[in-house]
Amino acid sequence: MSSLRTQVWMLVDYSLCTGCRLCEIACSLKHEGLVWPAASRIAVYEHYPGAPVPHYCVQCPDYPCVGACPTRALRVDEGTGAVLVEPSLCVLCARCVEACPGRVPKIVRGKPHVLICDLCGGDPACAKECARAGYNALKVVSRPANTAVKHYSRPPDLVAEELGRRHFS
Amino acid sequence: MVNTCGLWGRLLSVDLSSGRVSTESVDATAYRMYVGGRGLAAYLLWRELGRKWREVDPLGPENLLLILTGPLTGYYPGVKLVVSGKSPQSCGVIGSAISSHVAYAIKAAGYDGIVVRGASRDPVYLYVRDDSVEVRDASRLWGLGGFKLLEALRREVGGDAPSLYVGPAGENRVRTAAVMSRWFHAAGYGGYGAVMGSKKLKAIVVEGTGPLPPVADRDEFLKLRHEVIDRVASRTTFRMWGTTSGIWRVGHDTSSEPVRNWQEEWHDREEFSHVVLQRRHWVKNPWADWGCPLACMKVSRAVVDGVSYATDGPDYEMGAYLGSNLGLFEVDKVVALTSLADDLGLCGIQTGNVLGLAVELYERGILTREDVGYELAWGDFESLKRLLEDVAYRRGLGSVLAEGTYRAALEIARRKGLPTEDVLRYAVQVKGVGLGAHGIRSRRDYPQPIAYAASVQCGDHTSVAGLPVDSEESEVSSVFADSAVVCMFTAVEENTMLRFLNAVTGWGVTREELYGTIGPRILALQRILLLLGGPDVRWDPRVHDDNPPRFYEPLPSGPYAGSSASREEVSRSLAEYYGQLGWDELGVPTEETLRRLGLEDAVEVAREIRRELGTG
Repeated sequence: MSSLRTQVWMLVDYSLCTGCRLCEIACSLKHEGLVWPAASRIAVYEHYPGAPVPHYCVQCPDYPCVGACPTRALRVDEGTGAVLVEPSLCVLCARCVEACPGRVPKIVRGKPHVLICDLCGGDPACAKECARAGYNALKVVSRPANTAVKHYSRPPDLVAEELGRRHFS
Repeated sequence: MVNTCGLWGRLLSVDLSSGRVSTESVDATAYRMYVGGRGLAAYLLWRELGRKWREVDPLGPENLLLILTGPLTGYYPGVKLVVSGKSPQSCGVIGSAISSHVAYAIKAAGYDGIVVRGASRDPVYLYVRDDSVEVRDASRLWGLGGFKLLEALRREVGGDAPSLYVGPAGENRVRTAAVMSRWFHAAGYGGYGAVMGSKKLKAIVVEGTGPLPPVADRDEFLKLRHEVIDRVASRTTFRMWGTTSGIWRVGHDTSSEPVRNWQEEWHDREEFSHVVLQRRHWVKNPWADWGCPLACMKVSRAVVDGVSYATDGPDYEMGAYLGSNLGLFEVDKVVALTSLADDLGLCGIQTGNVLGLAVELYERGILTREDVGYELAWGDFESLKRLLEDVAYRRGLGSVLAEGTYRAALEIARRKGLPTEDVLRYAVQVKGVGLGAHGIRSRRDYPQPIAYAASVQCGDHTSVAGLPVDSEESEVSSVFADSAVVCMFTAVEENTMLRFLNAVTGWGVTREELYGTIGPRILALQRILLLLGGPDVRWDPRVHDDNPPRFYEPLPSGPYAGSSASREEVSRSLAEYYGQLGWDELGVPTEETLRRLGLEDAVEVAREIRRELGTG
């Protein structure tokens, strides 16, 4: 448990997210070297005006994706707690997507393996960019010792409904 | 395909008459000469329709609907695209900029833009997912307002795929109809919603899953990108208030806000300000578009007579045109009218402008209750709401107003048996385009006397003309923003913008080239197509390169009462402006200028225009 407390985690403040998706751009520049929104490990959806939904891996304490992977392409990074993908082992079977309560892992044309947030080794580019723009919707914190972190992982359309209802009943 | 970085060198081409989908390439030279966006639109339209320009009906199948990005789209913080074609308002070319997620999606799908030709017989929408392009049936979507349409599209294609669309106003070929995006965004200037509607094209949905093209100098690009983000993100007041703060400041402080069809440009209504909107109506602030570190938008909600309305802001232009210009100072009702305009797919500027004309004509007894079907009065929400809907659905007098301010004034004069000047004197427009909500009389806001009179985009407040032509006062600066395709609110000073363009494209464009060649080339081409005009209107520079008559009336109120535009100053500035651009005394680009700009193929047309004007 002591190692868990040093692990980082990304907390989201929905009310501060402007829906600008600078996080997506920063992520794709960092991981792909290109502006490639679809290949970003974080995605923002917006089904209702003013109710954007940042959507990314929350490192469930029981890691259902890792358990579901038939080729052992996924493992947990001991330092950060992030799910790491071994590209040479991934066969794009999508079991991890199905196992994920938020359907977070991405399969994108042009990438031979699934895409999951690696927390940039502990210093996520998305959160830095969000802070740089002064929005601070993504906050890097020590990973909370609270199993409810998994509750953040929900399909984005369901979250959108919940958030949208606050503005537009 | 070209080797220009930041661009793909190909456009998606869709012919709705035949249903044929293909791609067409744009060579590197064309990009280097016209940059992209607005410049590329002028080039493509000239190349394809130039010879028969006057005969091309903007609402006929021969017109093109252009959806174009530029080299900076997706790289420069803040995202825009340009909608263009032959304008049903000016009959020239207007590059109508709109903030839309479709802009980056087009590039991520592997194109620089979309060209729509022909017209479908039945309602359709275009669905693009990378290389997969489908013209789909839209019979169930036709007639829907924007908000319901987006819900239906979400069910149909899933997720929140970016889209451009028209509301009922575009379907009904209303000349003040906009191409809309993301609930509240509009490409209003130009009237391209009517063009899209005339093609029976309800929406364009674009999903791009690939990367954007590589840039020329990655390190420089990454450095500049953060430099711009840092600078733009520090505009704290603008982030908090957006342009909405103008509804108080532009009226009260600089006396340049339309009040009751520009009869005044000043007000001191404290209840009509961004502060009141912030306290009572903003449910989300700040709110941003793709890649934007500024976030000038705000989602507002209001309940009026038990009906719930939502919009963005309203931003300054909407607040001014659907508020003070109509004598409406109750912000909840301005939210409601703006939300209705969004849903109906009406440009709030053009429609608020023509509604202002209607109410003033009613006040003056030129229009009567019999003409309208009900009473009109300044600030009367019920009748204004009804008139707005009548315009969108072309009901009764609404069908006349749906032709836009200029054409509506001519038609009302004809019906009433009045000399056209007697109605046109209340029409606040230039060459068929209603003016943006920034007056010139006080000289404290838009100080250039020829801001609108000499603009190739006419009443477009985002593309005003000014002297000297080699400064940021010049329309060249708007040409640059609309052709590289960046948002005017996230733009920084010119030197950095050019460095950014060069980091992405590798072109090495200098300031001298921008002001000496590229900008003047695009302006010259837009000017020639504007002077060609047709088929229903033609512009004579001696008559139409001018301010609306109202601007020569002294301001009646406020700290600049008594101030007005001066005819003498306007003539002097026009002559100076034409001269600096290498245009003749009527503003037709000279043969020498055209050759210098690489527009040899426009020499003959310019000669014809001069002959017709009696100067060649």
